[in-house]
Amino acid sequence: MAAAFLVLVPLLAIFVYLLLKGIGSLNWAFLTQIPKPVGEPGGGMANAMVGSGLILLIASVIGIPLGIGCGIYLAEYGRNRFGDIVRFTADVLNGVPSIVIGIAAYSLVVMRQKHFSAYSGGLALAIMMVPTVARATEEMLLMVPNSIREAALGLGIPKWRTTISITLRTASAGVITGCMLAFARVAGETAPLLFTAFGNQYWSLNPNQPTAALPLQIFSYAISPFYEWHKQAWAGALILIVMIVTAVAAVRIVTSRGILKGTS
Amino acid sequence: MSDSVKPMTPPDPLTGNKPVTSVPSLAQTSTQRKTVAVSSRLSRIRTKSPRSSRVPDSVFRSLIILTAVSVFAIVVLIVWELIDKSRMSLHQFGVGFFYGHNWDPVNGDFGALPFIYGTVVSSILALILAVPLSVGVAVYITEMCPIALRAIISFLVELLAAIPSVIYGLWGIFVLAPLLREYVQPGLAKYLGWTGFFSGPQFGLGMLAAGIILAIMIVPIIASITREVLSAVPQNQREAVLALGATRWEMIRMGVLRNARIGIVVGVILGLGRALGETMAVTMVIGNRPEIAKSLFAPGYTMASVIANEFSEATGDLYLSALIEIGLALFIVTLIVNALARLLVWSITGGTTTRANA
Repeated sequence: MAAAFLVLVPLLAIFVYLLLKGIGSLNWAFLTQIPKPVGEPGGGMANAMVGSGLILLIASVIGIPLGIGCGIYLAEYGRNRFGDIVRFTADVLNGVPSIVIGIAAYSLVVMRQKHFSAYSGGLALAIMMVPTVARATEEMLLMVPNSIREAALGLGIPKWRTTISITLRTASAGVITGCMLAFARVAGETAPLLFTAFGNQYWSLNPNQPTAALPLQIFSYAISPFYEWHKQAWAGALILIVMIVTAVAAVRIVTSRGILKGTS
Repeated sequence: MSDSVKPMTPPDPLTGNKPVTSVPSLAQTSTQRKTVAVSSRLSRIRTKSPRSSRVPDSVFRSLIILTAVSVFAIVVLIVWELIDKSRMSLHQFGVGFFYGHNWDPVNGDFGALPFIYGTVVSSILALILAVPLSVGVAVYITEMCPIALRAIISFLVELLAAIPSVIYGLWGIFVLAPLLREYVQPGLAKYLGWTGFFSGPQFGLGMLAAGIILAIMIVPIIASITREVLSAVPQNQREAVLALGATRWEMIRMGVLRNARIGIVVGVILGLGRALGETMAVTMVIGNRPEIAKSLFAPGYTMASVIANEFSEATGDLYLSALIEIGLALFIVTLIVNALARLLVWSITGGTTTRANA
């Protein structure tokens, strides 16, 4: 009993502080402007939010198809030795510290290109998304009753079409949940972006350039010695947490009410 | 630029070849509706002769296998890159890298012991704080909590896992550290200062703060796994212990926790895996000084945070290579920890199947 409340104390404390300190420094300029130089009041994190969106888009475009494909393999073809190996590597990948994935993306992309870019950051986050999406897809596909597959195959529908249009669509609610959770998980990641996307104080929509990201901006403002920046960090954190909690809560509501379940 | 607007025809959603589907009546159950949905989908797909479907089938199959192989390849590539890029440091320092305690980028002398020490101590501290708490929460949720509260509390604990680590760090710097400095550390120094663990200048930031933040972060992992394991303990086990005259506490201790102990250990190991690799929050509160101090008040440094702090400003190939070697070591350690958890899971599930067969 006491333990339960002791655990909830930090949670409440974090949210209360986020709201108190975050709302105070949240204003229109914060949402629309780029950071001002040190000493000048005002400015915002608009470029960081857009940059985060860009990086997450790249990550999703790479990570989600790869994850779903791997999940399909594990569920539909992977009942064998190689399937076990892939399953184990997915688990390993899930446990790899995010900073190590950052190093890998750095040496794979940044070292070759000789400059930081949103591509490398997106790649790092994509690698982190793959195992979550893959295991969620596998689990959900395995819950689809075999009779549905057999019915489709029995009508002479080829296996690829059965998998995509029948099995995957029947399991779509769970698969979408998995993707959303993976997305929410990487949305707040900072460590793999430190030396891949690197951050940027200006507008940049070129994915081949160093790109700002919300978590990176929060980090660099939080460890800075300026009061003005601390306030901005709290506001950025509030926006980040609102985004993530909305995503997680939406997933929970959708899956518990069954809006996406069954019928298309 | 011409200001003439190009005529754009928006795709009409109604003229697509979407067939009219029958509206399921309200009286149908959800399974019936599901069957209707699936069968209407079935009828929509044009059936072909099996012969003509062989080519796309094998293409699809190889595509899917390609994604699976690529996941495997990603891990191999990560390992390869880590080994390849840390080769210089591996050659230069050998095994001594892991017990050298000099970290001197200027003179090119690198030893990782302070970071290993920091990682190990902060993680152990986190486990000491987190394990009783998370087992307590899990027991409370499964055994004592009113059903109405159950979903809410487990949702809140899950929410704790969704908070990004950079926000934990932010909170750690501006809320937890002042709190520790003003209230907790003076008290600890006064009553437990004689142990040597709680002495020295009180900054707030330091090993203790890192341990506490890590503990908060791994509670949800351990708690959710423990909760799952506890709810898998059969109900008649509890009833049997109660029927023998045990109190509620004895029932939980003997009937539930004892049966679930391996599962709890798995949760603890997975929590440890997360704590070892956790970067941002720790970097922000641990103080970042590469030294080995007995006092938990002193600042420290972990393997992950030295990479986070120094990687992008590492000058010289040897410096970078040494940092990547730390990354490699971190990878191997977390690999071992996760593999251990997996082995334990296999041993449990293996155990239950044999028991079920017997």
